[in-house]
Amino acid sequence: MDALHDVLAPFGPQAGHVRELWLLTLAVCTVVFAAVLAALLIALLRAPRAGSVSPPDLSALGRPEPGKRRSVIAAVAASTLLLLALIAASIFTDRALARLSTEGALRLEVTAHQWWWEVRYVEPQVADSFVTANEIHVPTGRPVIVTLKADDVIHSFWVPSLAGKKDLLPGRTTTMNFRADRDGVYRGQCAEFCGSQHALMAFFVVADPPERYAAWAAAQRRTAAEPAGDQPLRGREIFMRSSCAMCHAIDGTTAQAMRGPNLTHVASRGTLAAGALANTPEELKRWIADPQQIKPGTYMPATQLPPEEMDALVGYLQTLR
Amino acid sequence: MQHAMNPPGHAPASRLKDGPGPGSPEAAALDATWSDPPGLLGWLAAVNHKTIARRFVITTFCFFVAGGALALLMRLQLARPGSKLVGPDLYNQLFTMHGSTMMFLFAVPVMQAVAVYLLPLMLGTRSIAFPRLNAFAYWIFLFGGVMLYVVFALDAGPDVGWFSYVPLAGPDYSPGKRADFWAQMITFTELSAMLEAIVVITTVFKLRAPGMTLNRIPLFVWAMLVTAFMVLFAMPSVMLASTTLIMDRLVGTHFYNPAEGGDVVLWQHLFWFFGHPEVYLIFLPGLGFLSAIIPTFARRPIYGYTAMVLSLIATAFLAFGLWVHHMFAVNLPELGKSFFTAASMLIAIPSAVQIFCWLATLWSGKLDFKTPLLFVLGFFFILVLGGMTGIMLASVPLDLQVHDSYFVVAHLHYVLIGGAVFPLFGAFYYWYPKVTGRLMSERLGRWNFWLFFIGFNVAFFPMHLLGLKGMPRRVYTYQAGLGWDTLNLVSTIGSLIIAVSALLFVVNAVRSLRRGAPAGADPWGAGTLEWATESPPPPCNFHAIPVVHGRDPLWEAPRARAEDEQPAFTHVSGLAADTRELLATTVLDARPDLRVNFPDPTIWPLVSALAVTVLFIGSIFTPWAVVWGSIPIAIALTAWFWPDRAETSVHLSLERKP
Repeated sequence: MDALHDVLAPFGPQAGHVRELWLLTLAVCTVVFAAVLAALLIALLRAPRAGSVSPPDLSALGRPEPGKRRSVIAAVAASTLLLLALIAASIFTDRALARLSTEGALRLEVTAHQWWWEVRYVEPQVADSFVTANEIHVPTGRPVIVTLKADDVIHSFWVPSLAGKKDLLPGRTTTMNFRADRDGVYRGQCAEFCGSQHALMAFFVVADPPERYAAWAAAQRRTAAEPAGDQPLRGREIFMRSSCAMCHAIDGTTAQAMRGPNLTHVASRGTLAAGALANTPEELKRWIADPQQIKPGTYMPATQLPPEEMDALVGYLQTLR
Repeated sequence: MQHAMNPPGHAPASRLKDGPGPGSPEAAALDATWSDPPGLLGWLAAVNHKTIARRFVITTFCFFVAGGALALLMRLQLARPGSKLVGPDLYNQLFTMHGSTMMFLFAVPVMQAVAVYLLPLMLGTRSIAFPRLNAFAYWIFLFGGVMLYVVFALDAGPDVGWFSYVPLAGPDYSPGKRADFWAQMITFTELSAMLEAIVVITTVFKLRAPGMTLNRIPLFVWAMLVTAFMVLFAMPSVMLASTTLIMDRLVGTHFYNPAEGGDVVLWQHLFWFFGHPEVYLIFLPGLGFLSAIIPTFARRPIYGYTAMVLSLIATAFLAFGLWVHHMFAVNLPELGKSFFTAASMLIAIPSAVQIFCWLATLWSGKLDFKTPLLFVLGFFFILVLGGMTGIMLASVPLDLQVHDSYFVVAHLHYVLIGGAVFPLFGAFYYWYPKVTGRLMSERLGRWNFWLFFIGFNVAFFPMHLLGLKGMPRRVYTYQAGLGWDTLNLVSTIGSLIIAVSALLFVVNAVRSLRRGAPAGADPWGAGTLEWATESPPPPCNFHAIPVVHGRDPLWEAPRARAEDEQPAFTHVSGLAADTRELLATTVLDARPDLRVNFPDPTIWPLVSALAVTVLFIGSIFTPWAVVWGSIPIAIALTAWFWPDRAETSVHLSLERKP
């Protein structure tokens, strides 16, 4: 999935404020760094050379060095002022971040698991709420309030192009806000080390125009349709009798387990296994047959099936749009 | 002029007194008294601070090389996207071992090891305080470190990061013994660090040469003194954390289990209350090295001595007030975060004071471009750059973007390698002759420096960009097409250059042992006391204890002689030559205060350390090891402190004399 993933390419007000502060800080730091190096270079160039045996110059002990004293005090004062300015800029930016309007915000609840993301869309009408995984769709231009929870260990929610990160802590609930100002796909990744597969724990935020988002949400609310055709029907039967149904849920069927991602609309997602694979039938087969090959340590067990059964299973999963 | 310590006739006539100059019978007696006993048993029983310190430095350097090799393996894995060189299991062990090694087994102990060697020489005394405790601290450290590497070799190495965040490191998500070994190793090395801190503080306060008042102490000694106090305040926090962790894991307490009323953030507070000061207790000794090297090669006394001492102390205070900037992404109150932003940024000011004072020193000096000074110049470039990124990380909004990304990896290596390893390499080149009697090769030294400097920047600068492009840290692999491929490859090439440079240093150090130019007492023409004695120093350090009249005694003595104000180089004598007697001085103005009898070499610190190791390792497997394991410790400690007939008689004879 082609997606934006860059602190310096912001597409929302949160990341935008941070980029401005970054540019200011970078400018100030560059000036100070250059000044210190210039002072060092001048000192090196103007100082006479000496050998190890040349006698030390002890004149500094006998008389004070007022010129040097003034320069050092001036340099310390200047650095202090610059630091105070940066502290002020940092605090103002922090305030600006906290002021993001949450009028009419979309409410999401993200729960991090080892090593995937559960996303619950919390609507005022309970019946309208729905669950998906590893892919977050949001309407462009509308603020989003995300409630963050962790199921097992500490994870961290980070979409660099939209906002800074926030930890998901077991036993605590945190929230963060962001808004995507332009259509597009933004990549996110877990930023807190969370065990074996921390590296492959990505997700995507897809920002769509409000009407396209509404259509997507409406599709997500529907339960899985009755599969048409023999092969998908057989695939569903295989799903229900194999270990798949012990961990995954497909709304509208008897599979209601919560250990793994909800698969009701799995075929509509861009990637598999938290961004590790593209969502194609071949990759899906590879993933089901031997997940440890792709994500060593993942909790998904390998499912060995005869080729025709695998085809049927994947055929069924492809119907879950 | 000789200041006789006690009027003649009071001591028994047979007692030999120390005196000036090598070659005399007094000197021979002193050398015999302060030498380590011969043979294997003598080797194990050694308590001479120089012997212990040499072992300590070599051990820590071996850990440095091991930690570096692990880093190299990690860089090779990350050179290409989707690499299959090492899997997640091994990779997670690699970065845990790398971080733990560099922080607990190299950075803090190497500074303390160098201090154990240099402090008595710089302060003009014959031994470090508590020499047996010092030996014990070394053995504990060695056993803790070796234990970590043995379990790593047995594929039971810890794999939850050097920060071991709970609940990932807790019993539910890290079954097995990996995290237990980590937690016990922490307790070992931190115990060693605390003991060394006590040794350093006592040495600095009570064993200075007469006349070395507080405002004449060399700046490196000040840096170590401040560091030692920081150790005393910081280490208990992490020892508490690792002990509660191991209780959660072994005896089923629930300190960190939210389901049972525990709290996962508690760990982070305890850990970072130690973890942030930890950075400064690596950095402050580095500053001390610079303050020793710069005046020598600038051929003038340091500018702004008082300001430098005060800024060391200010750094230590501030260092305890900014740990929360490691936790900005945890949900914490906004006002609190603003406070920690301010504290984190303002700690830059004392460091700036130091840097400006060094610049002022260089500015008016005559420069001698030897390898130690090159490393100092490398420090300026790298540390200042690392300081700048530190200011960025102190700001909450910026930190929330780059926290736990490769930007932080770049920053911390700039600060730690720039602030500690560059000065340390400079210090190795600078004091090598004082340890071995020979100089290291300048030509190899220059190659060593330039390869290190270039390799370092090639390896770590691209990581800033990687972090801004969103690469999280502690990932064993990444996907192609995210814009990370080239930068990672460049970084790996840089790490190979660093490895070559480190190898060159080892070659230089080993080769110079035999082939280096003989150094003589003071090859650099430096001003502090350690250069007043031979290289390498005799077992007793000084045949006669010097008396100090200024901050740079070796520079001021000739000046005083020229101006005909004071005698050239004064010393005190009158200490016993045939027993380990030492002169203690008062804390503030270093007036002679007491004559102290120091203990002889003994095997018991080693046996005690072994007994402690058995208890700690046993306790990983059964809590009952704490009970039966304490029996050998009690026996060893009793033997250690059993009064010795000879010592008692000396004590009694001294007590009778006024």
